[in-house]
Amino acid sequence: MKYMLLIYHDEQSWSAINETERQQIYSDYRKLREELLARGQFVTGSQLQPISTATSVRVRDGKELVTDGPFAETHEQLGGYFLVEAENLDEATSIAARIPSAKTGTIEVRPLVETAAPASA
Amino acid sequence: MSRAGETLEQVFREEYGRIIATLIRISGSFDLAEEALQEAFISAASKWELEGLPNSPGAWLTTVAHRRLLDAIRRNRTHTDKETQIAFEATRLQPHVEPELDDAMEYPDDRLRLIFTCCHPSLTRETQVALTLRTLGGLTTTEIAHAFLLPEPTLAQRLVRAKQKIRLARIPYEIPPVDRIADRLSAVQAVIYLIFNEGYAASAGQNLIRNDLCAEAIRLGRVLCELLPDEPENLGLLALMLLQDSRRDARVNDDGELVTLEEQDRTRWDAREIAEGVNLVQRALRLRRVGIYQLQAAIAAVHAEAQTAAETDWRQIVALYEELLRFTASPIVALNHAAAVAMSEGFERGLGLIEAADENGALQNYYLFHASRADLLRRLHRYDEATVAYKTALSLTTNQVEQNYIRRRVTEIDISHKKAQTTQKI
Repeated sequence: MKYMLLIYHDEQSWSAINETERQQIYSDYRKLREELLARGQFVTGSQLQPISTATSVRVRDGKELVTDGPFAETHEQLGGYFLVEAENLDEATSIAARIPSAKTGTIEVRPLVETAAPASA
Repeated sequence: MSRAGETLEQVFREEYGRIIATLIRISGSFDLAEEALQEAFISAASKWELEGLPNSPGAWLTTVAHRRLLDAIRRNRTHTDKETQIAFEATRLQPHVEPELDDAMEYPDDRLRLIFTCCHPSLTRETQVALTLRTLGGLTTTEIAHAFLLPEPTLAQRLVRAKQKIRLARIPYEIPPVDRIADRLSAVQAVIYLIFNEGYAASAGQNLIRNDLCAEAIRLGRVLCELLPDEPENLGLLALMLLQDSRRDARVNDDGELVTLEEQDRTRWDAREIAEGVNLVQRALRLRRVGIYQLQAAIAAVHAEAQTAAETDWRQIVALYEELLRFTASPIVALNHAAAVAMSEGFERGLGLIEAADENGALQNYYLFHASRADLLRRLHRYDEATVAYKTALSLTTNQVEQNYIRRRVTEIDISHKKAQTTQKI
């Protein structure tokens, strides 16, 4: 079963850390990614550009509304994601707990809606 | 009630959790399991009346429910072949032969899986409690809603959402691995103790004690001890609940008023529960892995062993609270420790510790902080301060029995205070 691990963190404290620390965190991320890949659990994942680059789009009465900024202003911002394959919620939360940003931010774990997949079932 | 009816009632209470746990393992679905068991109970009601009781009513019900479950899964499979929910459930279905109505049929005990799923940390504590009572305890939605003074639709919705989350997020139905079991087990213990406490000191309403919840919590505590008998904290929790419950009849007088431990008629304590509780504490402590429930049970045991309030071994109680404080920095434990010190080393010193326990103002909204402080001020004859503290306590509890107790104290102070003033004038 697939789980989306949404990585929320405080962008300001992220930009405040020094380069050595940042490189360490990136290296921890790479390590986790490689491990998940080796176990066939990594589907996809990426860091996101900061919230200042966000654009929101809405279509109302057939009219497209494009505005600056994220969907909602929150204390912690969505900074990246992992899409992983896990047996159950416990396995998914174990992976989430190993995401480096879990130490400072929050990982939201969401199961994907599984559509009937004839081949894999 | 007929004999069959009585047996059914008894089997229902005793076997519900065990049977439902097995059905959930087989189907992977709480809802299908509940429906199947419901149908089995209905068919038992008519069949047992006509044909007499089977040798093993529990096994009979399990077998019938199992068969109903398989029928339902098959029906669902043909109706909604595309839906993954059923696909998931069907893959978890074990290969089977059509069950015979054999009384001796053995099913493994799946209750431990069920307990851990119901108390999974991804569910809120309120949900854990409701789900545990519903599935493991077999209480109806109406009964649970009533016990927690919640509107029934609120409670029903909470259960629906929980079962949905278990299914969609795939909360595992298994005993947690070794590295997680300690954390998970303490959640289970917390849920059971919360159920007991809600029964023992109902947070709202006219009755101080709701015996149904206490009895249910004790029953769940027994199940936990039966399933994991070498966990000293399981024994400690059961002991603690039994020892507290032993004082139930003495805790409220005939007028429904609260009676403090000191003033209780100790002949009304339940000797059988005390004996069992004390025995359990001793067994737990011999396992040499002390924890918060064992320590609290040990404290309750010291109280239970005192024939009169004056004979209470307060020094031992103080020592046990000090040990407890090493496990938990809870200001409530600090408060209880202070109250014990007041009894063994003097009210003045106890009062100082009570005030220290509220160092960060963490206890300002806690009714017992003000009530305990008021109590010591009263004993120190500082009546004006005591009255103010009692009145603050009064404003912080919604339980009518507790409110009445405080009002009675305030009235007593008014009387003795006036008496003191009159005496001075003379």
